[in-house]
Amino acid sequence: MTSATLFGLCGAILIGLGLFELITDPHPLRKILGFNLLGGGVFLVLGVVARRGAAAGYLGDPVPQALVITGIVVAFSATALAVALVVRLSEVSGRVSLAYASSEQTDSDGAEG
Amino acid sequence: MMVALIVDVGLAILILFVAGWIVAVRSTFAAVIGFVVYGLLLSLVWVRLWAIDIALTEAAIGSGVTGALLLRTLSRLPVEHSERSANGSFRFIAGLFCAFISLAIAMVIVALPEPAPTLAPEASAGLPAVGVGNPVTAVLLSYRAFDTFLEKVVLVLALVGCWSLAADRDWGGTPVLWRYSDPDGVLKFLAQTLPPIGVLVAIYMLWTGADHPGGAFQASAMLAAMWMLTIVAGLMRMPRTNDDLLRLTLVSGASAFLLLGFAGFGIVGSFLAYPPDYAKALIVAVEIPMTIAVAATLVMLVAGPPQRRDMS
Repeated sequence: MTSATLFGLCGAILIGLGLFELITDPHPLRKILGFNLLGGGVFLVLGVVARRGAAAGYLGDPVPQALVITGIVVAFSATALAVALVVRLSEVSGRVSLAYASSEQTDSDGAEG
Repeated sequence: MMVALIVDVGLAILILFVAGWIVAVRSTFAAVIGFVVYGLLLSLVWVRLWAIDIALTEAAIGSGVTGALLLRTLSRLPVEHSERSANGSFRFIAGLFCAFISLAIAMVIVALPEPAPTLAPEASAGLPAVGVGNPVTAVLLSYRAFDTFLEKVVLVLALVGCWSLAADRDWGGTPVLWRYSDPDGVLKFLAQTLPPIGVLVAIYMLWTGADHPGGAFQASAMLAAMWMLTIVAGLMRMPRTNDDLLRLTLVSGASAFLLLGFAGFGIVGSFLAYPPDYAKALIVAVEIPMTIAVAATLVMLVAGPPQRRDMS
């Protein structure tokens, strides 16, 4: 197995882990962390495609590499906006959770975030 | 070769462990610290994939500036620990679903076409006309300059969205980056010593990015870090968000790109086209306002919406 394939598989697992955090954790900041974990995995998969495209004396295809750089900056912008929304949510509502308010008091109704 | 593979396997295991820890740990503060570590490990992976430009960007923006943003946010949120959704079967189904997604992507990775499709020869062939030696810089600022222009617009739009979340009475006021008050602390000494070096490193990264790994984004992150350091240490004041100079700086990157784009119509005959003899000069000329604009945008995005009006 080459290093590129190894890190590609690593990226695939990171996508799954990030997605799991995004779905299951009701804390919005944890969801943002999950989104960024997932993003890291996606970038890694794209980076593996770049590494495999090594040609013309370069050790990687520069086009997907440039896409990843743009992606990292755009992911940061989205994160900053999401974080500002979370802070505003906590200022307005006084609580930081996307779980249903009822699920904390009554477990019987089966509500989940 | 064998040693390199062992290092890679170790790195992959380490990064998966840290990612798993971020998901599993109860304390959100610990998860954020874990995320910074994750970003730094990821930049090591980028070095192993021979993508030095991405490694620098990941370490600076993906790990550094995002880490600062998340830590600043934590200090503003009341609840710190994570409350798990109690429903076990829901978590089980979600886990199954995510494992399926991972498996599907892993199967695609293993079955990627051989030989791999690549645009490297095309990117290489165009370099003499662009006049820069780093193919990634050529892609970002020449071949796909339109993407980079739109990305500048995205950064400004994110900041507009962020500012518009301010309460009405705070609109146009000053964001609070960090509450720090120790006039004799070691931080103040650092904030006096580091910025000259940091600014020099940023200028070097911007300049060398034309031919070697480096470039505008990495330089921006460096400038942003230096600016934040001086503000947190109390040596500089956070600008008001209705300050004309600040607003002009924030849009200067996208504006420079737009001007250059329309100039392309007049000189070469199409949007964002560079005349061959001046391509490198024009790229560097547009990179300078872009670097300063992105640095300012990064600082303002970390600082968040304006929170108070100045005393004046």
